Amino acid sequence: MSKVAAKAATPLLQVSDLSCVFDVSKPWLNRLIEREPKQFLRAVDNVSFEIRKGETLALVGESGSGKSTIAKMLVGLLDPSEGTILFDGEPMITHSSDRMTELRKRFQMIFQSPYASLNPRWKVADVIAEPMIVLGVEKDSAKIQARVDELLDLVSLSAADGSKFPHEFSGGQRQRIAIARALSSSPEFIVCDEPTSALDVSVQAQILNLMRDLQDQLGLTYLFISHDLSVVRHMANRIGVLYLGALVEISDSKELFRAPQHPYTRMLLDAVPDLEMTGRKRKEVEGEIPNPINPPSGCTFHPRCPFANERCRREVPRWTRTKTGVAACHGVEESRIPETEMAR
Amino acid sequence: MPTPLLSVRDLVIEFPTRHGPLTAVDGVSFDLAAGEVLGVVGESGAGKSLTGSAIIGLLDPPGHIASGEIYLKGKRIDNLRAEDMRAIRGRHIGMVFQDPLTSLNPLYTIADQLIETIRTHLRLSEREARQRAIGLLDDVGIPAASRRIDDYPHQFSGGMRQRVVIALALAAEPELVIADEPTTALDVSVQAQIIDVLKEQCTQHGASVILITHDMGVIAETADRVAVMYSGRIAEIGPVREIIQNAKHPYTSGLMGSIPTLAQEEDRLVQIPGSMPRLSDIPPGCPFNPRCEKVFDKCRVQRPSLIPVENRQVACWLYEDTGTSEVAT
Ligand SMILES: Nc1ncnc2c1ncn2[C@@H]1O[C@H](COP(=O)(O)OP(=O)(O)OP(=O)(O)O)[C@@H](O)[C@H]1O
Ligand SMILES: Nc1ncnc2c1ncn2[C@@H]1O[C@H](COP(=O)(O)OP(=O)(O)OP(=O)(O)O)[C@@H](O)[C@H]1O
Ligand code: SF4
Ligand code: SF4
Ligand SMILES: [Mg+2]
Ligand SMILES: [Mg+2]
Repeated sequence: MSKVAAKAATPLLQVSDLSCVFDVSKPWLNRLIEREPKQFLRAVDNVSFEIRKGETLALVGESGSGKSTIAKMLVGLLDPSEGTILFDGEPMITHSSDRMTELRKRFQMIFQSPYASLNPRWKVADVIAEPMIVLGVEKDSAKIQARVDELLDLVSLSAADGSKFPHEFSGGQRQRIAIARALSSSPEFIVCDEPTSALDVSVQAQILNLMRDLQDQLGLTYLFISHDLSVVRHMANRIGVLYLGALVEISDSKELFRAPQHPYTRMLLDAVPDLEMTGRKRKEVEGEIPNPINPPSGCTFHPRCPFANERCRREVPRWTRTKTGVAACHGVEESRIPETEMAR
Repeated sequence: MPTPLLSVRDLVIEFPTRHGPLTAVDGVSFDLAAGEVLGVVGESGAGKSLTGSAIIGLLDPPGHIASGEIYLKGKRIDNLRAEDMRAIRGRHIGMVFQDPLTSLNPLYTIADQLIETIRTHLRLSEREARQRAIGLLDDVGIPAASRRIDDYPHQFSGGMRQRVVIALALAAEPELVIADEPTTALDVSVQAQIIDVLKEQCTQHGASVILITHDMGVIAETADRVAVMYSGRIAEIGPVREIIQNAKHPYTSGLMGSIPTLAQEEDRLVQIPGSMPRLSDIPPGCPFNPRCEKVFDKCRVQRPSLIPVENRQVACWLYEDTGTSEVAT
């Protein structure tokens, strides 16, 4: 293989056996009095995936399944407890170093809460320009100003909005500011944590179309987190489904909706509300999300799974190839889960 | 007709600027019956959150009510003294803010915050209040609530914090709950749970809910009526089913058309061309006219007010003479 081909074949992002464990013990004195041991929460459990250049991988899963925690580890806001992250073949180390600053220029994150991520005391123009300045992408102040105006226009705000403060904007407008900020240093890879959940559908359509256009023009790569499956379907090439911190299925996006394999994926799809009002009753998701501090044995989904058997309660399922990707499920491996062609 | 639980009359909200006041909400009127769920949808920046904040008396200065009235059970509340309004807040009106972080204090545990709210409004012992707090967290679907109640907000995921805020708003069993995007960061399964909790408030305690969201699926399942807002005004208001299935206002039609669906095969989402006018240059006449496909001369000069059409109201000149009949498309 030539060197060029080898380079092209390297995924932009390679995540291997990534875990994140939080210490959620009560204070030392309480533990002593109540005789409780230390408690740990495995927010992310042995997650591995790759993202190729120019691709969008989406992560879906119930609230608390570890999506934001993965996102934070990818951009270096949180240290992984175990596992490695390779960006363009290079290991990411969160400690600041020159090498890391160079890498940092190449990715950005759009946060789940646009409020928390915008400094309230800064004018919008400064908020947007910050990544450009801090990362040294652009030094000329006239050029910075021009770029800020261009970005504001890109997200359907106007240059005059640059001199206002974040609190003067509605929730959706603030999210657009956050998107402009993420784009300002011209990153190659953007981690988007619920980028449009604060937006009304017509602005959401504008932003999502914009993100796709930018991807086509600039070859951007996205990790896209959203709870809205119709948005995910529209944006992603591939989808990873998370349950209690672990990936349970990775599949081509269109195929996942047509023929979901893992029982949890099926349950998620059945719970999508019916807007066409066809009379299809939204199926209640059965059972509760278990306590992540003390997760169930074997397959962690077994208490809620209609196909669970003895083996599921005992053994942690391993990855199995499916027709559409991979899934971690004994039932799928044993081909005992009935086919469902989703009528979509 | 019985007195509505809430009545908003010609509400106008302004922000003073050097170049004169900016009108962010311009003549909004609606009634809400006891036990009713009113959905509010519309363009980002249309004034949905401001309307909610005005009702609960928490507009951030320099924003203020320039004119109009708000009545709760027939009693005027928009001109109350701050301390009287404080007594109404929480006890009679609960609010879930769009930003869950502003309602949670990072320095106190979830338990501290819930128990304090409960005990401010209800006569309960510390112990009883804690039990009620755990029950509320259970209701909104926090796993292992009795253990996680002692966590701090930063230890919760985005969606879990949002649910804590909902629990806070419901803590004193208010008669009116204003929920601003309560389910936006939540996946479908938790969404269903939250909707059930809100509905239960209505059926069991006769509470009314104003549900601000851009999620039409949630509106379709929860709301009785829906108000569609554009540029600080109500464009259309009426029964939810009819508006979703047969939108009359051209903006509503555009909005419905932009919703991505699971069935959709095309790559691009439909979007309404152009964007909502800035507050400083809302065009004369109908504010939607620069983007409207059906615009005609009158739309550019005269502002349409809400016109009754069948059992809803539409602010659009297309329906001026028609009263109740369908307009040729
Ligand atoms: N402090 C302020 N100063 C100036 N303008 C403001 C201020 N607060 C809000 N506005 C403006 O008022 C308008 C309405 O804001 P509001 O927050 O009610 O919108 P919204 O309908 O809730 O939108 P979203 O769906 O994006 O949350 C927006 O155009 C916003 O820019
Ligand atoms: N700093 C922390 N300390 C302790 N636990 C934490 C911390 N941050 C996150 N967690 C826990 O880790 C789990 C995963 O959280 P995460 O924020 O990744 O969820 P998520 O999938 O993004 O959910 P959502 O859809 O609600 O945003 C949750 O149970 C959360 O309570
Ligand atoms: S491994 Fe067993 S319990 Fe787990 S999803 Fe598959 S069938 Fe269900
Ligand atoms: S009044 Fe005119 S411009 Fe406004 S929505 Fe109706 S047709 Fe369109
Ligand atoms: Mg999250
Ligand atoms: Mg809002």
